[in-house]
Amino acid sequence: MATKASRSAARLMMAPAVVLLLGWMLVPLIMTLWFSFRTYLPLRGGDQGWTGFDNYVRFVTSSAFWPAVQTTLIIVVGVLIITVVLGVLLAMLLDQPMWGQGVVRILVIAPFFVMPTVSALVWKNMFMDPVNGLFAHLWRFFGAEPVSWLSDAAMPSIIMIVSWQWLPFATLILLTAIQSLDSEQLEAAEMDGAPKLKQFYYIILPHLGRAITIVILIQTIFLLAIFAEIFVTTGGAFGTRTLSYLIFQRVLESQNVGLGSAGGVYAIILANIVAIFLMRIVGKNLDN
Amino acid sequence: MSLKSILRAATALSLTTAGSAFAEGHGATITIATVNNGDMIRMQGYTDQFTEQTGIAVEWVTLEENVLRQRVTTDITTNGGQFDIMTIGMYETPIWGANDWLVPLDDLSAEYDVDDILPAMRNGLSHDGTLYAAPFYGESSMVMYRTDLMDAAGLEMPTDPTWQFIREAAAAMDDPANDINGICLRGKAGWGEGGAFITVTGNSFGARWFDEDWNAQFDQPEWAEALNFYVNLMNDYGPEGYATNGFNENLSLFNQGKCGMWIDATVAASFVTGDDSTVADSVGFALAPNNEGVEKRANWLWAWALAIPAGTQQEAEAKQFIEWATSKDYIALVAANEGWANVPPGARTSLYETPEYQEVPFAQMTLDSINAADPNNPTVDPVPYVGIQFVAIPEFAGMATEVSQEFSAAYAGQQTVEEALEKAQAIATEVMEAAGYQ
Amino acid sequence: MARAVTPRRKLINTGFAWAIGLLIFFPILWTILTSFKTEAQAIASPPIFLNFDWTLENYGVVMERSNYARFLWNSIIIAGGSTILGLIIAVPAAWSMAFVPSRRTKDILLWMLSTKMLPAVGVLYPIYLLFIQMGLLDSRAGLVIVMMLINLPIIIWMLYTYFREIPVEILEAARMDGATLREEVLYILTPMAIPGIASTMLLNFILAWNEAFWTLNLTAVDAAPLTAFIASYSSPEGLFFAKLSAASTMAIAPILILGWFSQKQLVRGLTFGAVK
Repeated sequence: MATKASRSAARLMMAPAVVLLLGWMLVPLIMTLWFSFRTYLPLRGGDQGWTGFDNYVRFVTSSAFWPAVQTTLIIVVGVLIITVVLGVLLAMLLDQPMWGQGVVRILVIAPFFVMPTVSALVWKNMFMDPVNGLFAHLWRFFGAEPVSWLSDAAMPSIIMIVSWQWLPFATLILLTAIQSLDSEQLEAAEMDGAPKLKQFYYIILPHLGRAITIVILIQTIFLLAIFAEIFVTTGGAFGTRTLSYLIFQRVLESQNVGLGSAGGVYAIILANIVAIFLMRIVGKNLDN
Repeated sequence: MSLKSILRAATALSLTTAGSAFAEGHGATITIATVNNGDMIRMQGYTDQFTEQTGIAVEWVTLEENVLRQRVTTDITTNGGQFDIMTIGMYETPIWGANDWLVPLDDLSAEYDVDDILPAMRNGLSHDGTLYAAPFYGESSMVMYRTDLMDAAGLEMPTDPTWQFIREAAAAMDDPANDINGICLRGKAGWGEGGAFITVTGNSFGARWFDEDWNAQFDQPEWAEALNFYVNLMNDYGPEGYATNGFNENLSLFNQGKCGMWIDATVAASFVTGDDSTVADSVGFALAPNNEGVEKRANWLWAWALAIPAGTQQEAEAKQFIEWATSKDYIALVAANEGWANVPPGARTSLYETPEYQEVPFAQMTLDSINAADPNNPTVDPVPYVGIQFVAIPEFAGMATEVSQEFSAAYAGQQTVEEALEKAQAIATEVMEAAGYQ
Repeated sequence: MARAVTPRRKLINTGFAWAIGLLIFFPILWTILTSFKTEAQAIASPPIFLNFDWTLENYGVVMERSNYARFLWNSIIIAGGSTILGLIIAVPAAWSMAFVPSRRTKDILLWMLSTKMLPAVGVLYPIYLLFIQMGLLDSRAGLVIVMMLINLPIIIWMLYTYFREIPVEILEAARMDGATLREEVLYILTPMAIPGIASTMLLNFILAWNEAFWTLNLTAVDAAPLTAFIASYSSPEGLFFAKLSAASTMAIAPILILGWFSQKQLVRGLTFGAVK
């Protein structure tokens, strides 16, 4: 259907977005690359010249590097698993007939509207505080010793906080997908006497495949960059230092922009590896 | 919500839509970045009086400590010019002053009486003898203890306790059945939190961060002794989860009557004896402890101070504000409205000579603690650096935060003290090599 | 898909769903409740749920201390401005990708998404220096641009997926009737895509409202939004749970209310092409 005229019009229409994003990507990227090859210490007189690959070597040989990569991946994968599994269950539940469905849906999606900083502050102080937190009260009520969540179970705690924030998003997308499921198919299966579990495996789950892919794709983009939750709760202690937090420490706490920039380049590489991996799956799923 | 605040909100809304025209109509406006501590919040309340006197309007950017540091450091190193006054501490001031990033405060007016500033504070906020930031309030650290629990235990707190006595007292007061911990101390990661506390504890055991050639010293026996003592003390008599407790967490524990002792900033004294405290009537004070036979005590020295970034367009107005906020008159103003116990402490000699202030229970001990701290000579063995609970070099904040994270992991039982010290040694060595000290 | 079920079953569903809904909502509810307590009640042991003296004192203190209206206004301008600007740029781009696809369309789309993966903190100094050069520090305009750029890939992606669902036949029919490109976009495409555009706007507004790195680091006074407002109430000296709760409630209430009123639109459109 596309004529030559509409094709060039289309290019024209795409141009602003492409140019802007190209600029937004290239300008910082080039600056990051530039700084990563320099000794740039803001508190020691700024830019002090070329240093070759020193920053790269130093960043990657630091004892903090591999644990940080691992932490990043654990958080991303952990949150993805929790939000997708619970999201599917929750979406199926919300799809059932019930009274007050609208209100329940509102309650479930509410966490998505809360700023990450606020949610981290609320969880940290009002729930996970080992003395005055609500969990501590609950534990004590049942005669158990309160848990120091953010030191003894720091990673699970952070994964939980982040999952709480992203569960609504996953649920919403999955719910829309479930609602589009042809109910006749299910009814037919029910008539055939197919057990619920089988229905789930052979009808519902395949139908959700595309939606799950979307959830994974979008969430990964945001999860690779989570920062506020860690900054507020543990400050990177107790093995919760992600790659982006490590870069924060290098750039802002240690005031070593060159070293941090080298870290930034590594983070971009990691993100792209994840991205290529993701795009493969998504690309396939989106084509159908 | 009072009618007044509703009205205020309504006016504010109509003003913001009108934009900045309002501010320009009243002459200069200065922007001040500050930390969200009680004394600063109180100062904001009195700003109207300053504006009335001088016609200079003030915009406050009030931020939590970590965010503030990040924000002002970015701005000063890039010469961003977002602030006319920055609230900084004793760690930043000498470093920034040396870089000529701050306006020297060497021409303050005669009535300001710069010689009245406590010598320890003035030294700590100067570089090469030039004052670069005026102290708004200053603090050291001291022991705060429950007199009723000490009485019940049949013990008497000396004014200059040793760590050994502290441990004995903690054992005597510890009472898990009644939810009372013998002692509460900072364990939270971060150079200004648990990092500061363990550094002064190290000092009081004869340890130091670096030797005179900038070699990291965490492999020395003094550090092992200090850290082991701290961990054992806290595991035996400290609260659950102390590895995440900082100033605030301990303050609320103490105020709820859940601590026999608490060693922390002297400014805490006005909180634990204030309205929010359930134990206000039974708090005693003593000097921070030392290990038996070590002359250095676990005293730190800190001031929150106001500094003017070089390059501001409003240097004169900013100076005017600093002179107002850190003056004797300001102290008198707060005293008249809120009582002497609530004035910003630890900055001026004359405050401690005021008879009314001498009656405040913690005044003398605060002054003694401040005087016991010597940033130029912080450790038993000589060191190449200035600073007691910190090392005044640009690399310190990042390095000490990472070191204290390793320590906190040891407090939480996730690694041994030896492992933590080994990692601390590696981190410090790595950073010093990268920065070219060796 | 409404199915007929027994009342008993419906009752069980209802109970179960409400329990889970309340559990998920509880942290927010608890924050709101705490904001009406005194500081002492906020940390009382055992915790107090409803039987306390409700006080507005915390809200009074927060209003007194902070220029809430200005923070709120800045948040609205930044989130709203970036959303509108983003749409203006994204609609034509998404349109052309959806209706005049080329071999590279999908690559371009995926590349756009990948720009979101650049770690923000790594480029703080470069961007800060750039902002100084351009005089954009602490300006709403600067933040509108940054927020727009950050969310643009998501907007384009979302719009693209909607546009693709619109049957091409309708457009072709319109074209046969002699509609110009402009008319086609304006009178046929846009009305059909309104649910999608609405939910895109909402999502973008929420994301921009909640962004806390750039909004905090690139502002001081004039452009500081609610994320900066919150930073002045987290962990001060002394007891702060109640005041923090009041400030938190004030920061999230506008977006929560907006979200609740528009949740139907949001839900209808938030598919990212997940439904075919």
